[in-house]
Amino acid sequence: MSISRREFLKIAGASAIFGLGGMAIINEITDDIEASQFSPGPDALIAKRWAMVVDMRKFKTEEDYRKIIEACHSIHNVPDFGNPKDEIKWIWTDTFEHAFPGQEHEYMEEKLKRMPFVLLCNHCDNPPCVRVCPTKATFKRKDGIVMMDQHRCIGCRFCMAACPFGARSFNWRDPRGKDDKGRPFIKEENKEYPTRTKGVVEKCTLCFERLAKGLKPACVEASNGALIFGDLKEPNSEVRKVLSTNYTIRRKAELGTMPSVFYIIG
Amino acid sequence: MLEKALTGSRRYWIWIFALLAITGIGFIFYLKQLSYGLGITGMSRDVSWGLYIGQFTFLVGVAASAVMVVLPYYLHNYKVFGKITILGEFLAVPSVVMCMLFIFADMGQPMRFMNIFLHPTPNSVMFWDAMVLGGYLLLNIVVGWAVLGAERKDVPPPNWVKPFIYLSIAWAPSIHIVTAFLYSGLPGRDFWLTAIMAVRFLASAFASGPSLIIILCLIVRRFTKFDPGREAIQALGKIVTYTMILNVLFLGFEFFTAFYSRIPGHMHTFEYLYYGIEGYGRLIPLMWTSAILAVFSLILLINPATRRNEKTLAMASAAVFMSLWIEKGFGLVVGGFIPNPFEKITEYWPTMPETVITIGVWAIGFLILTVLYKIAVSVREETVGIEVDR
Ligand code: SF4
Ligand code: SF4
Ligand code: SF4
Repeated sequence: MSISRREFLKIAGASAIFGLGGMAIINEITDDIEASQFSPGPDALIAKRWAMVVDMRKFKTEEDYRKIIEACHSIHNVPDFGNPKDEIKWIWTDTFEHAFPGQEHEYMEEKLKRMPFVLLCNHCDNPPCVRVCPTKATFKRKDGIVMMDQHRCIGCRFCMAACPFGARSFNWRDPRGKDDKGRPFIKEENKEYPTRTKGVVEKCTLCFERLAKGLKPACVEASNGALIFGDLKEPNSEVRKVLSTNYTIRRKAELGTMPSVFYIIG
Repeated sequence: MLEKALTGSRRYWIWIFALLAITGIGFIFYLKQLSYGLGITGMSRDVSWGLYIGQFTFLVGVAASAVMVVLPYYLHNYKVFGKITILGEFLAVPSVVMCMLFIFADMGQPMRFMNIFLHPTPNSVMFWDAMVLGGYLLLNIVVGWAVLGAERKDVPPPNWVKPFIYLSIAWAPSIHIVTAFLYSGLPGRDFWLTAIMAVRFLASAFASGPSLIIILCLIVRRFTKFDPGREAIQALGKIVTYTMILNVLFLGFEFFTAFYSRIPGHMHTFEYLYYGIEGYGRLIPLMWTSAILAVFSLILLINPATRRNEKTLAMASAAVFMSLWIEKGFGLVVGGFIPNPFEKITEYWPTMPETVITIGVWAIGFLILTVLYKIAVSVREETVGIEVDR
């Protein structure tokens, strides 16, 4: 991740020469640097471009949603402050009109309108959060995962302004602390996954730590097939099969961020 | 020259100690924020920038506006501004310092501030903003000091500062343009996603900064032997008039684009700010105050009689400053987050600690401003009546 002086000069030189037009080149260079630090283990799941399909037809009861949210939030030590102001969430639900603003209409099927959609970071191909981050604390890996380096984040929250999907949360207070009644914000700490400090941004990182061990993301595992995960660049992968046989939509496709999370509505 | 700040009247010292006391209180609350986290503020997941970043955005404009006195003087040899260029340059210094302090106050991890420079990221506008702000601060300290030092010795400023002066003239708009780019390049924030954001910023900067300089000139004349000159103040009044007209026009253009196109995303924030949506409308009184002050100031400014009268000019300047402080220091930043990406409304209002910290930073700004102006005015008082040809 740390870039050497020479690499910086290369980037600075490139940006001076190409001006704003050189941005694409810079992104290429930084991508390479950042991707190089992760050396996956022998069983690691590897892809050219990770993606997820959310099959809304398979969500029936409240329990189906609760399970996947719980799976993610518990293993990743996502704190619960019990109020919307300080809230932190990696995966959550919201209605169609909120998840796909501008796509709803008055005469839509009531059921669809009220149906809770599963929302998480889209791991955009062209992520504005990465573009604006002044410290590379948020960066994109070669396989498409948009990562967070919590040790580098300065908490400027520029990325939160830039993400058009509300996928990022900020630690407004210490997530390791306790509330007034002495209850910890993290109910049961998973010692295998780091907790965060106050003053940094966090979000779903597509379970990069599980992929490195050969496991699928926790939410996918807990979803009973409602979440489909795989390699977009692999023509025979399950996601590609699902995408080619179903009508799918993405959130705010018109913004050009190219989300890698797809939705089958029904 | 610093010793000039150490001698002063009783009134001067009371003012200095009052500012120090306010700074101290602000600092105590900042320590509280450091230990609790930014949760002490009114910001939330949905409105993730608030008063601090608003003040930063507004003050970048005040800093940039120094160019409005420096440019006519050095590029067009407009002699009338000779006496006040130093006031402009020395207004830029505390403004940039305050900008930096507000950024610092807004950071979740202020100890990691150096990360911006340790991991330079050319694709981030914030990286460039840090660069241009730092550069501008240095330029103004160097230029202001050199020019004042020369003036004290009754000699023209040394030749080596000339390139720095020209550089600072070119540099000033850049700090505000880059700050506008922080906002105007974000997808999904329709309120900010407008190409005229940068010119809007410049217009409001070149109205609010000079209006502050007018007020400062009047204060300086009242309390010291240094007279910036009626003609200079009148010239500034004209600058404020035209830039304020532009500013109001630009806002009108934004309204037109939003409401004639009738694209919901582009209308929502304006509706929220001026009429309220779904019963939410915390900012309505503020925004209308800003609008009324703007109209009021324009009436006073456009009418030649009230512009020439220094009393009404002072009122107009104060109205411009207040109006733009609300519009840019609050509405513009907060409004951009409402409604949120889910078209839900989360409102924002600064908390008490947040407000006290903000006032504390302003106190530091006034402290630096007072000290710098004290030095500049003392030097000026010494050389009163002597005209140096630069
Ligand atoms: S959804 Fe938001 S946070 Fe996730 S990659 Fe896209 S822009 Fe970044
Ligand atoms: S808050 Fe952290 S991750 Fe987000 S832009 Fe700032 S430094 Fe980057
Ligand atoms: S992919 Fe992993 S981190 Fe992301 S929402 Fe699912 S479980 Fe959470």
